[in-house]
Amino acid sequence: MEENKQPVSEGKTTEKKETKATPAAKEKKSEKMFLLRSSPHMATTDNVPRIMWTVIAALMPAVVYGVYNFGFSVLLTILWSVIAAVVTEIVTNKMRGRDMKNGDGSAVLTGLLLAMTLPPGFPKAYAAIGSVFAIAIGKQIFGGLGYNIFNPALLGRAFLQASFSVKMTTWTAPVSMDAITTATPLGSFKFEKVMTPYFDLFMGRIGGCIGETSALLIIIGGIYLLIKKYADWRIPVSYLGTVFILGGLFWLINPEQYPDPVFHLFSGGLMLGAFFMATDMVTSPVTPRGTWIYGVGLGIVLIVIRLFGGLPEGVMYSILFMNAFVPLINRYTRLKIFGEPKK
Amino acid sequence: MKLKTFRKGVHPPEYKYLSEHKPLENLPLPAEVFIPLHQHIGAPCRPIVEKGQEVRTGEIIGQSSGFVSSPVHATISGKVKTIDNFPHPLGINSQMIHIVGDGEDNWVNLAKSDQDWEKLTNDEIVELIQKAGIVGLGGAAFPTHVKLTPPKGRKIDTFILNGCECEPFLTADHRMMVEQSEEVVLGVRILMKALNVERGFIGVENNKPDAIEALKHACASYNNIDVIPLRVKYPQGAEKMLIKAVIDREVPTGGLPLDVGVVVNNVGTAIAVAEAVVKQKPLVERVVTVTGDGVHEPKNVIARIGTPFQNLVDFSGGLIDDTVQIIMGGPMMGLAQHSLNVPVIKATSGILCLTDRDLPRKKEYFCIQCGNCIGVCPMNLLPTRLARFAQVENWEIAESMGILNCIECGSCAYICPSNIPLVQHIRIGKLKVNELKNKQKSNNA
Repeated sequence: MEENKQPVSEGKTTEKKETKATPAAKEKKSEKMFLLRSSPHMATTDNVPRIMWTVIAALMPAVVYGVYNFGFSVLLTILWSVIAAVVTEIVTNKMRGRDMKNGDGSAVLTGLLLAMTLPPGFPKAYAAIGSVFAIAIGKQIFGGLGYNIFNPALLGRAFLQASFSVKMTTWTAPVSMDAITTATPLGSFKFEKVMTPYFDLFMGRIGGCIGETSALLIIIGGIYLLIKKYADWRIPVSYLGTVFILGGLFWLINPEQYPDPVFHLFSGGLMLGAFFMATDMVTSPVTPRGTWIYGVGLGIVLIVIRLFGGLPEGVMYSILFMNAFVPLINRYTRLKIFGEPKK
Repeated sequence: MKLKTFRKGVHPPEYKYLSEHKPLENLPLPAEVFIPLHQHIGAPCRPIVEKGQEVRTGEIIGQSSGFVSSPVHATISGKVKTIDNFPHPLGINSQMIHIVGDGEDNWVNLAKSDQDWEKLTNDEIVELIQKAGIVGLGGAAFPTHVKLTPPKGRKIDTFILNGCECEPFLTADHRMMVEQSEEVVLGVRILMKALNVERGFIGVENNKPDAIEALKHACASYNNIDVIPLRVKYPQGAEKMLIKAVIDREVPTGGLPLDVGVVVNNVGTAIAVAEAVVKQKPLVERVVTVTGDGVHEPKNVIARIGTPFQNLVDFSGGLIDDTVQIIMGGPMMGLAQHSLNVPVIKATSGILCLTDRDLPRKKEYFCIQCGNCIGVCPMNLLPTRLARFAQVENWEIAESMGILNCIECGSCAYICPSNIPLVQHIRIGKLKVNELKNKQKSNNA
């Protein structure tokens, strides 16, 4: 593509014509050859790196809060994870002979998202292993950015969950709390039927993964993405809406057994998942109708896991599960072409 | 009030301010013109003059026996120097009649007085339009008389004048609507009579309030013609989108506007029709917007057809030094030119001069399935998939996904954050699919 940058200044001199231009100007102009390109000759200023870095920026409030909440050492966890992701990206691209496509920022985002879904006390070397898996197996093996079926960060997390399940469920308490470990709100409800106050849930002064605790800051970042149109608003709306309605339904049936829908919304990784993971462009449907189906499916799977599964949390599995259906959803939600007869 | 429009589409920056307030100016008579024998969709003309022959302005110099074709006229008076191949703005060398002017601009005998067009029959009007060599001046250059002759049994009930000018930069139609609103409305009335339709609309995008005002004033006494302000969006000037926006009818896939009882014409065409029918003046000139950052004084110029681009650019103050691209038409669908030696043809709506600041960055990334192209495709296609199938040369699937419905507006390539040349891949795909279909047809025959 680089050859298009320079105008071709010499070329065969075309037949000179009588014009009213001054002789000097005429001489210069008639020798100049202009660029030949196919239309359109205009483009948006948006590009892939800008999208990736905007998403990263939108995550920053939650990241900063995570560091404040759980202490300086989680910053190192994040750095380990991001650096491992970037190094893996560079190495795998080199191996595949594709070094020119580097620098789109997607590996940084994957590493960051993965770190944000880890428990605060998770060993840093293990986090790096998760990142290597996320990039190499989660993304590059499918063909690189744009070709992967599953959200790479979540696939990396699933790998860590399967490999280091104890470490993945040991929750260090926030530094402001007078404790060493704590249970997550979802865990304490599921196993002990203890409710966490809404205010703490919303602000994030709770136990949980590094970047998922503050619903407020995640929503702020998420809304910024929606305004920038870097995330499809239909996904958080349908995902959160389904969780609220379905969760509410079970709560109405038996408020003793099942948590209320507001608790569902603000606990666990749901906000992070709904705004930043499920909306990953690569692994979500491209058609508007498909996006609704995807979002509703996410909500159903999440509620089923949270209420009836063995795990307290199901955001990760709900997204990975629905990712697998995206190609199918895309195929069966083809748009009606303009002028096509209605079926 | 909510303005009418079509679904989807894009909002490229307009850049109309460069020339939208510049009144139409007559370009000084060129010393010589190069008149291509093929300026329209359909059969090319054969020259009917010889080398060395004297011609007068408005004289027919090329003609074709085909119905889907349009004659070409001498646009200055003078002597035919040669009939030979010269560079054509559509990209290939093509046969042109090279006339060296005598500086007199002697016209063929025009009608002495204005014709009372309301007494003419439909067929007489269509014949006058055909003889005047009028084609769609919006850019497609489809012979107008063919549009006005719908197949038997097809009922046309609505006429729409296309005053959208949705391409960024271009302001030729805008200036005509402001300065020649009476002629525009006269042209609309003549076209409506030729088609025998009762209902006429003029669709104008809302970024031209002065044009809307002028046209409303001009057609105030004709209550069967309405000016419809439209929400600004590209590609509203595409026939199918305009019909959807104005009267909410959907042209069926693979169909033409006449399938929903509509004929659409461009503003410039309407003025040319008015002149051809009332004054019996053939199409020898058109309005061309010379604009872009690459030219010193953007202008709206009335130029004789066949005038080299160089003359228009010089008249507009010349190029600035870092101009790297010349485009005939607008930036979304226009054709890049390698030199300024090509002539203005009937389809030249603008000459756009771009500097390298204006060029889109070209680093291409992988498709990240963002779906933006799908979100803007006015035909509701899946550009990213079509382009992918065209790239891997899977023509059958591309066809089954409707690749032939693409109107090549370029919205997908404009919006793509990965800078993938989507419409370019699709264009190639369309060519190949059509090629295969023709081959199949000839095999079956």
